[in-house]
This record gives sequence, C-alpha cells and structure tokens, in this order.
Amino acid sequence: MSISTATLWLVIAGLAFGSWLLRFSFLGIIGKKDLPEWVKRHLRYTLVAVMPGIIAPLVFMPRATDGAFDLPRFLAALVTLLVGVWKGNLMLAIAAGGITLYSMLNFGF
Amino acid sequence: MQSSRHDFWAGLWGALPFCIVVAPYGMVFGVLAAESGLDIFTAVAFSMAVIAGAAQFTALSLLQDQAPVLIVIIIGLAVNLRMALYSATLATHLGAAPFWTRAFVAYAILDHSFALADQKFLNEPDMSLPRKLAFYFGATSLVAVIWIVGTGFGAWLGARIPDWLALDFAMPIAFIALVAPALRSLPHVVAGFTAATLSLLFASVPYGLGLIIAALIALVLGAEVERRLGAAS
Repeated sequence: MSISTATLWLVIAGLAFGSWLLRFSFLGIIGKKDLPEWVKRHLRYTLVAVMPGIIAPLVFMPRATDGAFDLPRFLAALVTLLVGVWKGNLMLAIAAGGITLYSMLNFGF
Repeated sequence: MQSSRHDFWAGLWGALPFCIVVAPYGMVFGVLAAESGLDIFTAVAFSMAVIAGAAQFTALSLLQDQAPVLIVIIIGLAVNLRMALYSATLATHLGAAPFWTRAFVAYAILDHSFALADQKFLNEPDMSLPRKLAFYFGATSLVAVIWIVGTGFGAWLGARIPDWLALDFAMPIAFIALVAPALRSLPHVVAGFTAATLSLLFASVPYGLGLIIAALIALVLGAEVERRLGAAS
C-alpha cells in the first residue's frame, strides 16, 4: 500500500506552512507590544503546564510495552525527577535516570 | 558585557543532551518513512519543512491508513497546537526582534529549545535582545540539524534500532530533567502536577487535544495560585 507522491507533498506543504503559522502566530501578532501583567503571569506557566502533560503518558503508558505499566521505566523517571528537582542539574538528572533504567532492565525485573 | 557569541555557545551547550536524544528519534522517523515508501529526499524534506516529531509521526501513520489529505493536515496541526502557546510565551521575551528574525525564531521552535530559552530568560530578565536571540538560536540550531540528518540516516539505514537499547525512553528522561528545575515554587508544582494528572485522564482524547486541554487548565491554576499567594503575603 503506497502513498501517492502528490498526496505526500500536499501533506508536507500543508503541515510545514501550518506548523510555521502556529509557531509564528503570537510572535507575529504581538511583536513589540507589551502584554498585560495577568497574561504574562499565565504565560510564565507554559513550560510546567505543557511538558508534564507530554511526559506523564510516556512514563505511565510507555510505547515500548504497548502502554502497559513498566516498573523500570517508572523508577527511572522518578529518579530523574527527584535528582532534577534536588540538584537542578540537567546532565546529572539524565545520568541518574539512565543508570537507573539500564540497571533495572539488565540486572533485575 | 558578555558577547552574543558567548550566549550562542551557552545555548548550544545547554542543548547538547537533546542532540543525543533527538538523533535516534529522528532515525526512527526516517526508518518509518522508508517503510512507508518515502525515499530519502522526501523523508529529509518532511523533517526539514515541518521539524516537529510528534506531528510527523502522526501524519505518517494517518497516511499509511489512507486518510484524506485535509484530515492528515488538520490532525497533524492539532498535535502541534502547543506551539502557539510557546509562540505567545516567546513573544514576551523576543517580541521586539525584527519581522524576519521572528519568522526564523518561529520556524525553529522546539519543545526543548523553548524550555531552555524560557527558563534562561525568566532567570536573567536583564539580558539584551541580541544576547537572548543568540542563546535561543544556539539552543535550537544544532538539534534541528540533527533531527533532519537523523531522519536521512534512518531512511538510508532502513533498519530498526535494537529494543534492548530502550531508546524509546531517552526522550521522556531528557524532558523530565529539563522541566524538573522549573518546579521551584508551589504554583509551578501545582501546574506541573495538574498537567501530568489531567493528561493521563485525557489520554483517550484523540489527536493530542487532551494535552492542550490539560495544559490550559494547568496554566490557569498555576497563575491563580501565584496570584493568591502574592495577595496573601
């Protein structure tokens, strides 16, 4: 079952332009204008409101296990979070999570 | 005064862990693209034009199911809706840049580059605009290139990455490490916990729209807790 070339390029063009438009939207409209304080207060929470929403399903329903809860992956995520909050250091948190994941997958469970 | 060049390298350095994570992710997309019948050129063009992992994976699987073009585009864009939120937030930092600069900033908005830049600019509000732009492009450029090159490599290689490497989990770990230091106050923790919980509850809402609903509720809650704490003190 092959995808036709025309279909493919239409999708690529549509997604490319649409994605750029989404990314440019407010950067383009707002520009130099200063936003009201209450709007800025909300936008300060964008990061912590979006990222955990991307992460949580990947942790509790990992793709590798077709969505079944997986203890090694859950513990690796937990260790990464704790080290990250505690030390505030990205590389250290990644290393701690990676070590947890590989030791759990290879030496236990 | 520090130079912009210094800031570019600081951004690049901060993004290094994501280079390592994005390489296999891009390769997986390349492999899937090749399996769907895309040649290397088309696969690379796809990644170069769209540079958005989740949206590209979604579009590819819909194309395989023979979904109509318009549906594929609309659903792919729904998966990318969070980019509009990133855009609004970056506008508070980089809005004063010239039109074409903002156009390029927009092209290269990625989850991690947004996160790195937003945290940096919130922590150092006195940074000048050229320095902020240098940091932002440092944080985003190499990862974008690696996403594109990785796609080509995967499409060329055409073989799956072995399961025992557990690379599926590299991205979640890198994202957790990225967001963890931002959970530094009660409102941030409230917003983060709300987003995580609601995204699980809304996991069955199709096309990533659950993520957007969860994010909007979490964002309003975080800001409200901040306002009440501020009013109380």
